Amino acid sequence: MAQLASISSTLLYIAFLLYLVATVFFAGSIKSKKHTNQTGKNRWATIGITITLIGFASQLGYFFARWIAAGHAPVSNLFEFITFFAMMLVAAFIIIYFIYRLHILGVFALPVALLTIAYASMFPRDVSPLIPALQSDWLAIHVSTVAAGEAILSVSFVAGLIFLLKDIDLSKGGKQVFWLESVLFGIILVVGFVLSATVFSVAGYESEFTFVNAEDAETVVHYSMPALVTPNEGELLTEGAFSTGLEMHPLVNAPRLNTVIWSIGVGVILYLLIRLISRRKVAALFQPLVKKANLDMLDEVGYRSVLIGFPVFTLGGLIFAMIWAQIAWTRFWGWDPKEVWALITFLFYAAFLHLRLSRGWEGNRSAWLAVIGFVIIMFNLVAVNLIIAGLHSYA
Amino acid sequence: MSKLICKCGHVNPEGSELCQACGRTLTEEAAKRKTNDVMRYEGMARRSQTYHTSIIDKVWNFFSSVKVGVWLIVITLVASAIGTIFPQEFFIPQNIPAVEYYEDRYGIAGKIYYVLGFHDLYGSWWYMLLVAAIGTSIIIASLDRGVPLYKALKKQRVERHDSFLKRQRIYSAYEAKGSQDTLNRLSEGLKKRRYKVRVENGSLLAEKNQFSRWGPYINHTGLIIFLIGAMLRFVPGMYVDEMLWIREGETEIIPGTGQEYLLKNEGFTLETYQEGDSEVFDETIQRTGAIAKNFQTDAILYKKDDNAIAGSTDNITEVDHHAIQVNVPMKFDQFALYQTDYIEDELYKMSFTMDSKETGEPVGSFTVDLFNPNTSGLYELNDGYAVEISGYYPDFSGFDDGEPQSVSPLPNNPAFLFNMISPEHPDGEVAFVAIQQNLEPLGENDYEISFNGIETRDISGLTVRKDLTLWILALGGTIFMFGVIVGSYWNHRRIWIKTDADSNLYAAGHTNKNWYGLKKDIAPAFEYAGLDQPDDHQELKESKGNAKEEDESGTTREHK
Repeated sequence: MAQLASISSTLLYIAFLLYLVATVFFAGSIKSKKHTNQTGKNRWATIGITITLIGFASQLGYFFARWIAAGHAPVSNLFEFITFFAMMLVAAFIIIYFIYRLHILGVFALPVALLTIAYASMFPRDVSPLIPALQSDWLAIHVSTVAAGEAILSVSFVAGLIFLLKDIDLSKGGKQVFWLESVLFGIILVVGFVLSATVFSVAGYESEFTFVNAEDAETVVHYSMPALVTPNEGELLTEGAFSTGLEMHPLVNAPRLNTVIWSIGVGVILYLLIRLISRRKVAALFQPLVKKANLDMLDEVGYRSVLIGFPVFTLGGLIFAMIWAQIAWTRFWGWDPKEVWALITFLFYAAFLHLRLSRGWEGNRSAWLAVIGFVIIMFNLVAVNLIIAGLHSYA
Repeated sequence: MSKLICKCGHVNPEGSELCQACGRTLTEEAAKRKTNDVMRYEGMARRSQTYHTSIIDKVWNFFSSVKVGVWLIVITLVASAIGTIFPQEFFIPQNIPAVEYYEDRYGIAGKIYYVLGFHDLYGSWWYMLLVAAIGTSIIIASLDRGVPLYKALKKQRVERHDSFLKRQRIYSAYEAKGSQDTLNRLSEGLKKRRYKVRVENGSLLAEKNQFSRWGPYINHTGLIIFLIGAMLRFVPGMYVDEMLWIREGETEIIPGTGQEYLLKNEGFTLETYQEGDSEVFDETIQRTGAIAKNFQTDAILYKKDDNAIAGSTDNITEVDHHAIQVNVPMKFDQFALYQTDYIEDELYKMSFTMDSKETGEPVGSFTVDLFNPNTSGLYELNDGYAVEISGYYPDFSGFDDGEPQSVSPLPNNPAFLFNMISPEHPDGEVAFVAIQQNLEPLGENDYEISFNGIETRDISGLTVRKDLTLWILALGGTIFMFGVIVGSYWNHRRIWIKTDADSNLYAAGHTNKNWYGLKKDIAPAFEYAGLDQPDDHQELKESKGNAKEEDESGTTREHK
């Protein structure tokens, strides 16, 4: 079983590399001079989608090998869930790709999936046993449907982002330019997190503190990055480790805040470096890629993804969720933060559809809504687990 | 009430935008509006767009507005998010008053949160009002649109006026192509694509998936049923939420069942994963420590016989016998019992020995059931020795005026006043015994009592749940989901073809969404009929910006 688990990890690694290679081919396809309309058959794109399919098969291999090794669907902690979400994102991309044959989608969708897998890998990757509340067939049913729904909805973000990169006139400045640049900056922050976490993990950095928590009990915490902020009445146990001695309120999760500060720091440096070297906005760097994009098509793809993803998300995130909650937690709804954020996601996309269907919010506005929707999904995926404690905060 | 009489002679109700017979635009405002906006409800008169005078009109118009509906959704969304900033009142520890908890823990922000009532946001009157407003909006907006839409789609005419065709997004005019043969071929090709085709006087109407237009109205109906189900929770008798704490070995009446059912706890089990259970788990167990594997109460369910006396546990019949686990509730009648909590190792029995101080040897031993101590009789030991409990203080807290006190009936800290009877002291010697405390209040004794072991048992915390609203919620949820799927995964597509006396052919297409799909869908039929694909005017409009690239690629748009 341990061997199977290790094969599984290798397969995920292979999938990651293949997605990376496929991205390059998709980028080649839109650069190709022969293809001005960005759709239809194209050799670069054919190679790109083939590699994507092999990568997806490899990730499926990771998923089922791990399932067999663990004896339960590998969607039970943050690493597994976010990885699965990335897999569903690739699946959603493949489906949408075969409907619309829109090459440029691959140039943006695959990097988002790559970044998602990299982000997931920063969490503990051990195979963990299931606590009693998770021991149910509904684990696989509920979680996979939610992830699939959120992933399909995320494709609308990808389409929306490409739309905005082409649609917004960067030379004019203004609010839209600022927010578009902010979205890209947010993505660079995630890169900053992955980068700093990987560097310190490779360097083997670790330190420990004792501290007094909110319940006035003395506890030990681990830091995996040099401590820029320390916990309440924290005392460094590890010799030679770095500490600023800047103490935080007991309610603040100091090591987590520390990680956030590092990520922002590295992200900002990264961003400034890009700006300094290129002497352009990050959004401007993407413009050659999107020059030939068909706005009408992107708008349609974005809307279509919401239409396909919304029912799937509703089914998994609300209906299956309620059925399982009734079985495991005695009530179908209990205002747990994760439940509330699923409701918020549902309400948001309901508003999106009403604005689109009845008030004619298309194109630019629709693209912005898709971006906001993705921010809400990410918040529910990540922040609710890490910041707001609740019944769902496993791992 | 005024009527709008179209040039074709058809009389349309006031407020109509398109003639329901020929499709001509009836008013100047309608002519200026985008085709998509006009087509959304087939240009039908809607109450909210027609009447604006009375109070009822105003209320109706307010709630029928999608703009208002979206605002209501957004406000609810933001309010819901605020409710997750700090934990809600029902998540905080029960032993601290909320007013103190929020301020102590979260400072001034917590205080503001509490004062504004956000600690019970989802149960607040204004949150309920928001949900009710959304419900009202759903009903009114659906009636305002659904009814006219239904009427319009049920009595569609095949032939439409040129102006109607011309303003569609998909539209082309084909000069001198309007032969009967072309029309037949189009009809055949569209039928192959499973369009329902009607042909009248050289005009053709092909339509498919009209039912998808009802998706929103179906899902709104489901939502309303769901909301009604949620309200029924508050009707007495529909909902039971009780807690049953039951000790191992005990039989208790299940609260909420009207004294009808009893449960026996045959034993509570808590299992954790052990290293070696499965080698793949070892690293996690080493990193995080013990991980729970199972919480289980082995339970027997009894039903009281008809002749049983209220409150007694006699005359009962076993109904069910199985383990209650997390995710595996015990279901009976309309109830379900859930494993939700436990207390481990509550003191149950205490064993003592009576020792002779002189020899240090025990003269006998006895066991006290802490829940049912024998206070009226004697614990008989051998050879004329016996012990009598003259005082029992299950939750001993100290002395008040020389009298031992107990703060609760639970054996958290049991203490006893024993009377030790021996052949030397037939009237007994008095000893006060508590945990790590041995007093001889009436003078030096010859004998003493010492602890000789304890027996503990676990307490299962079971939630008793009855929810008669579940089936309504399930019904509403199913209808809702069905409606969402119908509305999202199918599209209403229509093609109008018209031929005129000069053998010109006009083709127009409309769909409520997924234009790309519509174009792909009708392409084979046009090809089969030997016609170019009809133009998508939205695309053309956009392509103007890309004119240079169009030239480079060598494609031009032209029609024969």
